[in-house]
Amino acid sequence: MQTPLRHITRGRLFWLGLFALTWLLSHYSFQLYKLLDARWIIRFPKALQLKLDTAISDFLNWLVNDAHLGLLTFRDLTRSIASLIEMPYQFLRNLLIEGFQSGLGDSAVQIAPSLSWIAVIATVVAIAHYARDLGLALLVGGCFLYLAVFGQWDSAMITLASVLVAVPIGAAGGLGLGIIAYRHTWFDKLLRPILDLMQTVPVFAYLVPILILFGFGPVAALVATVIYAMPPMIRVTILALKSVPEELVEAGRMMGVTRRQMTWKVLVPTAIPTLMVGVNQVIMLTLNMVIIASMIGAGGLGFDVLASLRKLDIGGGIEAGLAIVVMAIALDRSSQAFSERRMPHPRTGSWLQRHPWTTTVALIVLGTFLLGQVAPAVQSYPDVLKISTGAVWSDAMEWINVNFFDTLETIKTALLKALLLPVKKFFTGIPWLWGIIAVGLIAGRVAGWKLGFMAALMMLFIAASGLWGEAMVTLYLCGVSVFVAILIGTPLGIWAAQKPRAGRIILGVMDTLQTLPSFVYLIPVVMLFRVGDFSAMIAVVLYALAPAVRYAAHGIREVPPQLLEAGRMAGCTPAQLLWRVKLPLATPQLLLGLNQTIMLALSMLVITALVGTRDLGQEVYIALTKANAGQGIVAGLSVAVIAIIADRIVHALSDNQKRRLGL
Amino acid sequence: MNKRVLLDCRHVWKLYGANAETLLANGRKPDADALAEANVIGAVRDVNVQIHQGEIFVIMGLSGSGKSTLVRCLSRLVEPTAGEIQFEGRDLLRASEEELIEIRRKKMGMVFQQFALMPHLTVLENVAFPLEIQGVDRATRCESAQKVIELVGLKGRENYYPRELSGGQQQRVGIARSLVVEPDLWFLDEPFSALDPLIRREMQDEFIRLQNMLRKTIVFITHDFDEAIRLADRIAVMKDGMIEQIATPEDLVQNPATEYVADFTRHVARAKVIRAQSRMEPATAERFAGEVAHDATIEAIADEVERADAPMKVVKDGEVIGQITARAVIDVLVGRG
Repeated sequence: MQTPLRHITRGRLFWLGLFALTWLLSHYSFQLYKLLDARWIIRFPKALQLKLDTAISDFLNWLVNDAHLGLLTFRDLTRSIASLIEMPYQFLRNLLIEGFQSGLGDSAVQIAPSLSWIAVIATVVAIAHYARDLGLALLVGGCFLYLAVFGQWDSAMITLASVLVAVPIGAAGGLGLGIIAYRHTWFDKLLRPILDLMQTVPVFAYLVPILILFGFGPVAALVATVIYAMPPMIRVTILALKSVPEELVEAGRMMGVTRRQMTWKVLVPTAIPTLMVGVNQVIMLTLNMVIIASMIGAGGLGFDVLASLRKLDIGGGIEAGLAIVVMAIALDRSSQAFSERRMPHPRTGSWLQRHPWTTTVALIVLGTFLLGQVAPAVQSYPDVLKISTGAVWSDAMEWINVNFFDTLETIKTALLKALLLPVKKFFTGIPWLWGIIAVGLIAGRVAGWKLGFMAALMMLFIAASGLWGEAMVTLYLCGVSVFVAILIGTPLGIWAAQKPRAGRIILGVMDTLQTLPSFVYLIPVVMLFRVGDFSAMIAVVLYALAPAVRYAAHGIREVPPQLLEAGRMAGCTPAQLLWRVKLPLATPQLLLGLNQTIMLALSMLVITALVGTRDLGQEVYIALTKANAGQGIVAGLSVAVIAIIADRIVHALSDNQKRRLGL
Repeated sequence: MNKRVLLDCRHVWKLYGANAETLLANGRKPDADALAEANVIGAVRDVNVQIHQGEIFVIMGLSGSGKSTLVRCLSRLVEPTAGEIQFEGRDLLRASEEELIEIRRKKMGMVFQQFALMPHLTVLENVAFPLEIQGVDRATRCESAQKVIELVGLKGRENYYPRELSGGQQQRVGIARSLVVEPDLWFLDEPFSALDPLIRREMQDEFIRLQNMLRKTIVFITHDFDEAIRLADRIAVMKDGMIEQIATPEDLVQNPATEYVADFTRHVARAKVIRAQSRMEPATAERFAGEVAHDATIEAIADEVERADAPMKVVKDGEVIGQITARAVIDVLVGRG
C-alpha cells in the first residue's frame, strides 16, 4: 500500500501545491475581486504606479533640447557622430549604387558611375576565393547574380552599404572594448552586467531613444545596428584573448615585449581565428538589425519587406525575403570561411603573379567602367532580362489559400482552442500579487532564496510599471512557443544525433535557419495565417527551433561512449539505452538548449508585435511609432527582466542536474 | 668550483593565497604546517641556488614540486613573495619594467614545454620575432634568424608554419628563437617532455651538441631523472617547493642526502653516472692493460676494463692518477658498494 505514495516526495508536493494554488487563484481571481470588492487584486493600484517612463522621456527631452557639454550642446554631439557615420555610408552608396555626383538636385552632374554589377560580383567572388576556394566563390557569386537577375539589386546594394559601414565599426569597437576589458578587471566588471542587459533588452526598445537622438533615417538605423551587433564581439574578444595559451604570453614576456607589443603582436594575431568567429556574428547580427531598422529609416531589402507586409503584397514580400536569405547565406558562408582560413604560403614571382585575383578584379572594374559608358547593360543589369517572381508567389499563395483555407483554418482553430487560449486564460488570470510571490518561490526553490527575492522584486517592477497584463501575455506566448519548439526540436535533435546522415541534413537546415534575419520568418506566417497570436507563435517557434535541436543533438552525442558500452553490455534495448542512459545524461545540455530557446523566443516575440500580439512587444512597438522613449524603455526592460529571471532559473536547473550527475 | 656566479638566488619564496606576505614578515620561515593552517600554498619555499657561468644547472622534480614556479621566479615571469635574486650582480627584483624588458631582450632566452610558437608566423618569422620586437630591421633579423635556423638543423623549412612541423621540429624552432638574441642565460622549461621517447633522446643529443658549441649558462627544468643525469653539470632535486639536494649527478647517486633523493637514485643505472676516478685505487700494479680518462663513465669503459687481463691506468691531463680494476667495474655494474 506504500507504492502509490512513494513517489510523492516533499519536492513534488511543493510544485504540485504551487501549481494548484496558482490555478485556483487564476481561475477565481475575478470572482474574488467581486466578492471582496477589492479591485487591487486584479489591477495594480494606480496611485502606487512608478512614473519611470515619463521620467525617462523627460530626461531624453532635456538631453536633446537643453543639455550642454561645455561649449557643445548634446545635440551637436549626436550630430557630429551622425555626420561621421554618414560620410562612409554615403560614399558606399555612391560607390555601389548611386554613382558620384557633384552639385545638388536638378543641376547635379554625374562625375563617375557606381561600380557595375559585374564588377561587384567579380569582387565578392574574388573575396570568397581568397577566404576558401572556388566552390565558395561560385556559391557567393551565384547568390549575387541571383540578386541581379531577380531584380533585387538596388535594394540589396543599399543593405550591403549599411552592412559594410556597420560591421567595421562594430567589430573594431568590440575588439577595442574587449581588449580594455581583458587588460583591466574593473572595466570587465563594469561591462558584464551591461552586456547581459544588452543581450536581453529587445531591439525595438533602444530604437526609440536612438530615433529621438538621431532622427529618422539611415544614420539612426546604423547607430542602432552597431549598438546591437557590438556586444557579442566584446564577449568573443575577451574569451579569445583569455584563451591564448599562457606559455605564449610568457614567451612574449621573456622576449621583452612592451604592453602594446603584447596586445598587437602576440595576443591579437594568435587569437585571430576565434576573433573571426566574433566578426561572423557581428556580420549576421548587423544584417538582422539592418533589416529591422528599416522601421526607423534604413532603406534596402528590409524596407521592401516592411512595405510589402504593410500592403499585404504577398509576392513582393517573398521576393525581398528570399533576397535577404540569399544575402545572409553569402555573407555567413564567406565570413565563416575567414575564421577557418589558414595562412597560405606566399606566392613568388612578380607583383602581378603574386596577386592574380586582385589584378583580375581591378581589370574587370576598369573594363566594365569603360564599357559601361557605351553599353548600359554592362553598367547595370538590363531590365528586360530581369525575372520577377512576385506574381508566381502571389499565385502560389492564393492557390494555397483557396485550396487549403479550410485545412489551415481547422488546424489554427484547433490549436487555439486546445492550447493557446487555455494557457492564455491561466496566465492572464493570475493576480499580480500572487504572481510576484509565485515567481519568487519558483526562483528561490531552484536557485536559492537570494535569487528568489531578486526575482520577486523584478516582477514587482513590472507590476508597478503598469505592465502586468502585457507581461503575462508575453509569458503565455513565450511559454507556448517554447513548449512547441522543444516538443519539435528535441526529437529532431535526438534523431540527428542517432543517425549521422539525417543529422547532417537536419543540422545543416538549422544552421541556415539561424542565419536568417528574424524579419524573414514573419513573411510566410502572415501569408498563411494572417495576423494574431497563432501567427506570432508559429514565427517564434520557427525562429527559436534551432537551439533546441542543436543542444539536444550535442547532448546525446557527448554521452561518454564507455557508458553506452556499459549499457549495451547490461543488455539495454536501443530504446532503453536512449531513455535510461542517453537522455538522463543529456539533461544539462537539454536545459541549456531550453535556455537558448527561451532567449530567442523572447527576442522574436517582440518582433511579432508587427503581426498584432498584445504583449510587452506590442507596448515597445507602439512606443516606437509614437516615439515615446520612456514607454519603450520601460517595456523593453520588462522583457529583459523576464529573460534574466528565466535565464537564471534554467541555468540553476542545469547546474543542479550537472552536480547530481557529477559532471 | 670557483667560477663566476651569474644568477644568485637567496631565500626565495613564492606563496599563493591571502596574507602570504604577512606570513613571511620579519624574515620568518613558516613550515608546511603553518602554511597549511593559513590556507596558503607554498609553491617555492626558501630556495637558495647559485648558477655558475657556463654550467648546465638542472632543476628536477615531479609535477607540483614547484620547479616551474621556481624558474618563473628566476626569470621574474612570476613575482616572488620574498627573497633576493641577483643577475650579473644586479638586483633583478628591483629592476623597473623598462630595465626588465631590456634584460630579457638582450640577456635571457627561454624554451617552453609546449613550444609556444606563434601559429600565424612561419619558422623564419618566429625565429626572427624577438628581433622584430626590438625593432631590428628586416634584412638584419632575417640574416640572424637564418643562422640559428641552420644551427638547429632546420635549413629548408624556413617558410613552413608551425602546424606543418613535427613536435621535435617545432621545439627546434623554439630553441632557435630563444638563441637568436644570443642570450647569456638560457632557461629551458621541460623542453623535451612533450616529445616521444625516441625524439626526446635525439633532442637531448642535439642539445648536448649545441651546448658544446655555444657554452651557455643554462637552467634546465625536467621531471625526468634520467634526462637530468644525462645533461646536468649539477642537479637540484625539488620536493614540495623546497630543494632537497644540490649536487653533481655522480654525487647525487653515491651520496643521496635524503630518503626522497635516494628513492630516485636507487633505480638509476649507476654505470652511466659514476666515473672512473671515483672507483680507482692507487696505481700499484706492475703491468697495465691500457689507460682510461679520469672522467669517463664506468659504462663507457666497462667492456674494455673487464676484458683486460690487468688493471688500467686512470689518466688526468696526461698524468697517471690511479688504476681501475675489472673487479671495481663489476662492483658498479651489479650494484655493490
